[in-house]
Amino acid sequence: MRSHVLRPLWVVMGVVALILVARQFVVPEDFGIHERGFMYGYHRKSNEEEWKAFKVKYRTKDYCRDCHPDKYGENITSKHRIIQCENCHGPAVDHPDSPPKLSIDRSRSLCIRCHAYLPYPTSQRSEIKGIDPGEHNPDMECSMCHNPHKPDMG
Amino acid sequence: MTTLRGAAASALPLAAFRFLTRSEARAAVEGAKVRWGFLVDTYKCVGCGFCVKACKLENEVPYDAPVTRTWVERYVILKDGRMLADTPLGARDGFTGMEVQGVQVRKREIAKAFFVPKLCNQCENPPCVQVCPVGATYQAPDGVVLIDRSWCIGCGYCIMACPYGVRFFHPVYRVAEKCTFCYHRISKGMKTACVDACPFGARQLANLKDPNDPVTRVILTQRVAVLKDEYGTKPQAYYIGLDENVR
Amino acid sequence: MTEEWSVHGLEWTIKELFVYPNEYIYWSIQIVMYPLMTGLVAGAFVLSSLYHVFGQKDLKDMAKFSLVFSFALLIVAPMPLMFHLQQPLRGLEVFFTPHFTSAISAFGIVFFTYSMIVASEIWFVYRRFFVEQVSSLEGKEGIGNTLKRFIYRMLTLGAYDISEEALRKDERAIKILAAVGIPVACFLHGYAGFIFGSVKANALWMTPLMPVIFIMSAIVSGIALCMLTYIVIMEWKKFRIRTSSRPRQLTAEEVGGAEVDLVKKSSRYLLGFMVVAITLEILDLVFRGYTAVKSWDILRSVIYGKDFVNIFILQYTFGNLIPFVMLLLPGLTVRRTAVALVLVIFGVFMMRWNVVIGGQAFSLSFAGYMHYHLPVIPHSFETYKEGLFGALTIAVMPFVLFWGINKLLPSLRYK
Repeated sequence: MRSHVLRPLWVVMGVVALILVARQFVVPEDFGIHERGFMYGYHRKSNEEEWKAFKVKYRTKDYCRDCHPDKYGENITSKHRIIQCENCHGPAVDHPDSPPKLSIDRSRSLCIRCHAYLPYPTSQRSEIKGIDPGEHNPDMECSMCHNPHKPDMG
Repeated sequence: MTTLRGAAASALPLAAFRFLTRSEARAAVEGAKVRWGFLVDTYKCVGCGFCVKACKLENEVPYDAPVTRTWVERYVILKDGRMLADTPLGARDGFTGMEVQGVQVRKREIAKAFFVPKLCNQCENPPCVQVCPVGATYQAPDGVVLIDRSWCIGCGYCIMACPYGVRFFHPVYRVAEKCTFCYHRISKGMKTACVDACPFGARQLANLKDPNDPVTRVILTQRVAVLKDEYGTKPQAYYIGLDENVR
Repeated sequence: MTEEWSVHGLEWTIKELFVYPNEYIYWSIQIVMYPLMTGLVAGAFVLSSLYHVFGQKDLKDMAKFSLVFSFALLIVAPMPLMFHLQQPLRGLEVFFTPHFTSAISAFGIVFFTYSMIVASEIWFVYRRFFVEQVSSLEGKEGIGNTLKRFIYRMLTLGAYDISEEALRKDERAIKILAAVGIPVACFLHGYAGFIFGSVKANALWMTPLMPVIFIMSAIVSGIALCMLTYIVIMEWKKFRIRTSSRPRQLTAEEVGGAEVDLVKKSSRYLLGFMVVAITLEILDLVFRGYTAVKSWDILRSVIYGKDFVNIFILQYTFGNLIPFVMLLLPGLTVRRTAVALVLVIFGVFMMRWNVVIGGQAFSLSFAGYMHYHLPVIPHSFETYKEGLFGALTIAVMPFVLFWGINKLLPSLRYK
């Protein structure tokens, strides 16, 4: 009888072979070492495309311009032109298909993101016209007096 | 036995283990025309938090979950030398009061105070990628570090390895999650959701490979700093007006 | 968004002062259990190898038992990781697409190699027994016996030669495997240390001493657990025979309980490794304090402040100092040893705890803290597996497995 000493080794090799065979079936084909080398670039290549295909939700002001020229025109000449429509109305996504209507956030908490006065000397925050939200007409919506699209009209 | 050996040999996934030579890898990276970077101007940030709101909605991170891909920190340094800092809910709702870390700060006590937006630095040597045991996170050729949600095992090693605290477990998908520089937007020629949402230009996206990119020019010609360079990660988010108190 | 969500770590993390929003205690109790378990594996194996390789004859009885026990521990060692993974079903990817720049990935390979070495060594030790069982069970009636014989036949791997010459070959193979196994066992556990020590983002973890500290404390815990289990089992058998009303096959004196001599000798090895382990840990602490780099302020406040009781009272005093004195004092008895061993294992557990949880007790901002509240009463699967009961499950598992394995591979003999 031949030496039995190597038998456990055959078992081990069998297990390794099993893993390698399973690997062929489980690991996606495009998994490998790509541009950034093994340390930083070992991945499934098609995942990059999957991230690129992620749904865009914020469409920026240009998307709003053609259908809402009045609001757009009013806003674009005011100090608030630097603020995206979607910051207050929410992401357009595929509006008007989906969602058919965008929300209008009239809450004070939206306006005081910038206009609660904070006296921070090395930040631009202190240069924004601000109020103390607890004292300045605390029960009223800001838009009752101020036009958010064009605040400088009063 | 020969059959076993044969099976083992044929199953060896040599194709997947093709190592690029050093020069090949360098050529592939240097040949790329895009390397995304970021510029934050802390003087311009007012702490409105619109960037955080936009990021969470754009990238489908549950709005009320206390984790976020980007956030804004507030630093208030008092005249007595104390440093107070906070970022409630990552500043999703902005900063609207004078209370910091439970301390009601009065105007005359403040020596300096400012806001610092944070996001993934898309490091040149990302330690989070180095430690992933399965190749589920990687650096794309344009420098952005991404996560393969279908391959991540959720061990959390990458979360531990990031010195900036950028990573977390996605509250729904239960895999590691991080800022992608809005990869779906920048690859279409758009800007990131946070850059678009910022009314003050405090956040800017840069193609560091393009010397004519106006943001890149700022990075190259003005005095900028990076966060925690002592870790050797070579972060690619640059900051104007960084203070020694910033963590 | 209306979908169901839950933030991992929110349940058991309490933040204090300035902590980044995404920071939570992501590595919780199961990651404490994981190095504890791999440490026990390595330690148990080293103890058995002391006999096989270095011919420490006094450890003969211990050797067989600790080898089989280390196999039971080995099966349990990956379980805390599986409990911890957010996607446990994908765990095998570590073998399919190993990313070797990651310590966890390399750990998978080392762990596989090591488990194969242990399994092979056990095979060589028990081969003769398997063959004898196959022939003695031949022709016996009953499904139980048939099944048992079938299992033993499988276990022989078809090698029925138990001639003198064949057995000598077995002996040599055992010696070689035990010798190769020691560095691999150290490498294995050193890697567990490397997993932590190489995280440069974590100020408490990052030290090149971490792998060595882990190896030493692993051997300490492994030896301690093997000794303790040995004492408990032998004393239990003695106790059972004394109180049993059935006619006795063996008298209590024949069984004899744990041997004081054996226990004394093993405890000397234990003391030696304890000295090295503690020296390294103190060296690490002293070095951190002396060099006092940027992170030292927050580390000091954690080590000497928030975690003082955990580190200096529970770990060093109860886990190291007291058992050290107990084992050194003259007139060592089995009972006193048993108490000391429990304390030693507790001390190693606290050391793991203080590394894993302590390393997350402070924020990456160095300006805030996180407190860990171990979930006790589970109210969801997550609070079970990452809570007290999950940890207890892991802690009990090696004994359950050993009980099962011991049915097939009896490793405890009477005098």
